[in-house]
Amino acid sequence: MSASAVFILDVKGKPLISRNYKGDVAMSKIEHFMPLLVQREEEGALAPLLSHGEVHFLWIKHSNLYLVATTSKNANASLVYSFLYKTIEVFCEYFKELEEESIRDNFVIVYELLDELMDFGFPQTTDSKILQEYITQQSNKLETGKSRVPPTVTNAVSWRSEGIKYKKNEVFIDVIESVNLLGLAAGEGAGCLLTTPHIHPQVNANGSVLLSEIVGTIKLKVFLSGMPELRLGLNDRVLFELTGRGKNKSVELEDVKFHQCVRLSRFDNDRTISFIPPDGDFELMSYRLSTQVKPLIWIESVIEKFSHSRVEIMVKAKGQFKKQSVANSVEIAVPVPSDADSPRFKTSVGSAKYVPERNVVIWSIKSFPGGKEYLMRAHFGLPSVEKEEVEGRPPIGVKFEIPYFTVSGIQVRYMKIIEKSGYQALPWVRYITQSGDYQLRTS
Amino acid sequence: MTDSKYFTTTKKGEIFELKAELNSDKKEKKKEAVKKVIASMTVGKDVSALFPDVVNCMQTDNLELKKLVYLYLMNYAKSQPDMAIMAVNTFVKDCEDPNPLIRALAVRTMGCIRVDKITEYLCEPLRKCLKDEDPYVRKTAAVCVAKLHDINAQLVEDQGFLDTLKDLISDSNPMVVANAVAALSEIAESHPSSNLLDLNPQSINKLLTALNECTEWGQIFILDCLANYTPKDDREAQSICERVTPRLSHANSAVVLSAVKVLMKFMEMLSKDLDYYGTLLKKLAPPLVTLLSAEPELQYVALRNINLIVQKRPEILKHEMKVFFVKYNDPIYVKLEKLDIMIRLASQANIAQVLAELKEYATEVDVDFVRKAVRAIGRCAIKVEQSAERCVSTLLDLIQTKVNYVVQEAIVVIKDIFRKYPNKYESVIATLCENLDSLDEPEARAAMIWIVGEYAERIDNADELLESFLEGFHDESTQVQLQLLTGIVKLFLKKPTETQELVQQVLSLATQDSDNPDLRDRGYIYWRLLSTDPVAAKEVVLAEKPLISEETDLIEPTLLDELICYIGTLASVYHKPPMSGPPLTTSSVQMGAVDLLGGGLDSLIGGTNFVAPPTAAVPASLGAPIGSGLSDLFDLTSGVGTLSGSYVAPKAVWLPAMKAKGLEISGTFTRQVGSISMDLQLTNKALQVMTDFAIQFNRNSFGLAPAAPLQVHAPLSPNQTVEISLPLSTVGSVMKMEPLNNLQVAVKNNIDVFYFSTLYPLHILFVEDGKMDRQMFLATWKDIPNENEAQFQIRDCPLNAEAVSSKLQSSNIFTVAKRNVEGQDMLYQSLKLTNGIWVLAELRIQPGNPSCTLSLKCRAPEVSQHVYQAYETILKN
Repeated sequence: MSASAVFILDVKGKPLISRNYKGDVAMSKIEHFMPLLVQREEEGALAPLLSHGEVHFLWIKHSNLYLVATTSKNANASLVYSFLYKTIEVFCEYFKELEEESIRDNFVIVYELLDELMDFGFPQTTDSKILQEYITQQSNKLETGKSRVPPTVTNAVSWRSEGIKYKKNEVFIDVIESVNLLGLAAGEGAGCLLTTPHIHPQVNANGSVLLSEIVGTIKLKVFLSGMPELRLGLNDRVLFELTGRGKNKSVELEDVKFHQCVRLSRFDNDRTISFIPPDGDFELMSYRLSTQVKPLIWIESVIEKFSHSRVEIMVKAKGQFKKQSVANSVEIAVPVPSDADSPRFKTSVGSAKYVPERNVVIWSIKSFPGGKEYLMRAHFGLPSVEKEEVEGRPPIGVKFEIPYFTVSGIQVRYMKIIEKSGYQALPWVRYITQSGDYQLRTS
Repeated sequence: MTDSKYFTTTKKGEIFELKAELNSDKKEKKKEAVKKVIASMTVGKDVSALFPDVVNCMQTDNLELKKLVYLYLMNYAKSQPDMAIMAVNTFVKDCEDPNPLIRALAVRTMGCIRVDKITEYLCEPLRKCLKDEDPYVRKTAAVCVAKLHDINAQLVEDQGFLDTLKDLISDSNPMVVANAVAALSEIAESHPSSNLLDLNPQSINKLLTALNECTEWGQIFILDCLANYTPKDDREAQSICERVTPRLSHANSAVVLSAVKVLMKFMEMLSKDLDYYGTLLKKLAPPLVTLLSAEPELQYVALRNINLIVQKRPEILKHEMKVFFVKYNDPIYVKLEKLDIMIRLASQANIAQVLAELKEYATEVDVDFVRKAVRAIGRCAIKVEQSAERCVSTLLDLIQTKVNYVVQEAIVVIKDIFRKYPNKYESVIATLCENLDSLDEPEARAAMIWIVGEYAERIDNADELLESFLEGFHDESTQVQLQLLTGIVKLFLKKPTETQELVQQVLSLATQDSDNPDLRDRGYIYWRLLSTDPVAAKEVVLAEKPLISEETDLIEPTLLDELICYIGTLASVYHKPPMSGPPLTTSSVQMGAVDLLGGGLDSLIGGTNFVAPPTAAVPASLGAPIGSGLSDLFDLTSGVGTLSGSYVAPKAVWLPAMKAKGLEISGTFTRQVGSISMDLQLTNKALQVMTDFAIQFNRNSFGLAPAAPLQVHAPLSPNQTVEISLPLSTVGSVMKMEPLNNLQVAVKNNIDVFYFSTLYPLHILFVEDGKMDRQMFLATWKDIPNENEAQFQIRDCPLNAEAVSSKLQSSNIFTVAKRNVEGQDMLYQSLKLTNGIWVLAELRIQPGNPSCTLSLKCRAPEVSQHVYQAYETILKN
């Protein structure tokens, strides 16, 4: 059904630590993994699933480590990958960072965790907060009597322990929306601003948006005593329609994903988001909207390459959001040829910097109010001898953050907190919109 | 202080030193020593020599130390089975420890020690733990049953653990239920026939209730288990779907995919007219799209599955084309999969967008991706007729870039477009010809030659172009040589006057100077055709070609349905069904292929657990021959069987002496190495000598006719018997007979003319080249309407798939593919009749069941009945 064994390998493919869960695949098979990976990479056919004879390797890479699961059965691949990612999450919460060093420094606890995370190929308890209650780093404290299985492990509420106490009961709600955009940067309008008369013949006159979506997440920081029952109210269109409130000021969520604490069947029934939260930080839910929104920061660009001599770049950025709002930490990364040299910049606001290791110019603007338009010009020299290999045409990437604002218009209408002791608790809400995967192709 | 210090001791007497430390009186020192041992074990040193000393540390109240010793035991018990017994007592004791953590640890570890002798001692503690008051112990014990079953299945059955495990499905604790389900599913997998899970509406209800309460992993176990259930009617299917759909909102992608699997499978049972069916379709799209925001590896699994889902139910994602647009920083495996799905979703409504994207991709730098993008443009042209013109002009634009591999790829796909839309886009030929010199890949060269040959009459300098290839004829690959031969013959037939010399040249190159039998044979055939009957040659060589189908890479429907049941698993990623039992490939190894391929075979096959190599990441392109070197090899080995000839029935009396004035004729039909004959036995039961024999056939369904006169060399004396083999041809006059295989024969001798009729077995008409290639098979099977399918039962045929396959093969019924579906062997077979009719067959064999089911598909369904009879005859003899 799932993994036969799990390995953590160093960057050269040497096993650092491993756990054999089922014993149906020889542990020595792992020796084939790295040669296979290298071979596939050379063939340009690298995939997350490799096989050697009857053995299948499902692998992911984390910093300089490979996490590899082996199996010879028709395993549930999505379960295995999810499990490997979860394992990384647990290790990271235990050791801050997961790297070769931290594995070696904590090998005893890594073994303990591997033993608890999975049994005979079946993932078991993978909630690090709960694991930390009975597998701790101060192992010498673990004398008998003290170490008991927390009942939480097998409870229906397996993510929250009983008996949590806070003096001040509070919940902080962060609504974070990321805008993913795939667009074609406009060229012509910007071209007019260029002093040089050369306008590239293939410049795309009108930019366009190929794909835009909003991925929102609602994160909670919970400081609540006892076993509180929470209910979150959003201006969800389906809910509004169900309760006859009309479509006004509501948002249509295309797909919603919840933390396991949320009662999914209840949501499916009447769109109520009700749950007993874990303690501390967690992501309550995420949602996706593919409604077309006006790109918040729009880019027009003209990149002219004069072979053997120079590259001229002109980028115009426009804030297409409310005048009252301000985008912070705006970074516009414009690709330049890898053999470019002697950069010169001119910006109407902010500063530009050449980052040769990424082959980009980064134009940073600390504060970018809505409705404004800014300009950046860059000039690079090119060597007279042209490079042989062809280069790709990476897109222009944009990063930004707009606080106190959600692009979808989603709102937290209420957060009800009920605990049997009857305490009063305060919910706090913050909104922020930021760039997700925001790329504009240049022509 | 970190643990890394334990790795540093590398002194000479290390083992000796450790031994001393392990036997120390001080607890702390002992623990340190065990840690050092484990550290050595971790870096791969053999510390098994310390076995007794480590086991001595087992009795401790220090939990951490205990865990380490257990870990050591799991690693080395197998190499020291006798000493492992020493540990048994402590295990048994620990299973009764007041601390549930220790009880669970003991039972968990014991199950991992795969030593037969230990398992006996495990039974009693396990029995207790299965009924433990603490759910943490029970959930661990549940998994332990699966472990024990893996070591000794009989023991588990004898001890009644399976029943206890089944009881745990009703446990009050959701995690126990989930692990019990997982353990039972795992056990059931190795016993496909057993009704272990015993799913019924009541137990399903329990599972659905537990689904709401258990961890994300438990939800996956339960959903995967539900997917194996077959609801009794559409109402039950719907009610399960309703309770599973909330899982689509789970944050864990694996939960979502397992839920999608259940829904996709149960949807089959819902009527499309149902409102609920439409609702469900709508609910599936958003979560599938969201999976594309997951980690790249999960995206890859999701995309491979979406590829199946869009083939099965295209309506789900038909409006979601854009989400499959490729992003610059997607990993290459994600890019290639997205491209594939884009083509599947391409339709008249979105073709403009798709083409714009594909054109963008075709100017990227990753060669594999670019090639695939160019091919994709060709596939769009073939799939969406209205877009063909736009696709062709896009391809021409790309040819203008002069990027070598883009040009070659474009030419290959333009050839396919020509095949699909003959006589429509010839205006581009001139542009193609300009690029002739830059083509260096065989596939592109072959495609170009095909185009020149096919349109020779419109290309003024076709002869020059083809001649230019002829110079290096022997350096070309076979693909190009064959194409060149055909191309020049086509040219000759179209412009005979100017090209006589050229055709002579190529024919002699192909027949006299080549070692390649395919090339030589084709050369001879053309040569003889041209020399005997140029008109016939024209009819053969310039015959109208069948149109290529729109989507050659669709997965065959029965396989698709099967793969849908495996959503989320490796099978769904490879697009190959999992195999149980010995994999198909090993048989070829035994047949001597091993010498040819050596160690290379392993890597070629990839997962031997699956039917074919996992080339799935780069699906076969349009028009490319699917058979690799490997499948050719299969053909080679299969060819051996045909030499022995088809099954021959014993002779039967066709004409009794009473009816023929003393002449008794009995006979049978044979087919050997491509020639059919009628084996006759003539007996003179009269009192006078018989002479002047002759034979004639009436017109019949397949044009059977004597290929030679009936030769009885000497007069047949009274009581004398003579055996004659009369060669038959199939070029006689055709008339449909009732029954189809009826043959009316007239035999003459000096006494009289006698008439009789006989039924010939259809398999004498099965030709030697009746093996269809896999791809073709899939396409044809799909193409033949369902009403043409006929199903038969072959009873009392206790053969296994292997035997059936080889038996049928000697009668020219070829196994194209073999699969194992839920314990049943499925053989996919093809055969061709002498008149070119193809018959496709699916033969289902259940091990242990003497009956097998035969489904036949043929464009001429009236032959099915007779093909079935042929199957019967061949298999039962």
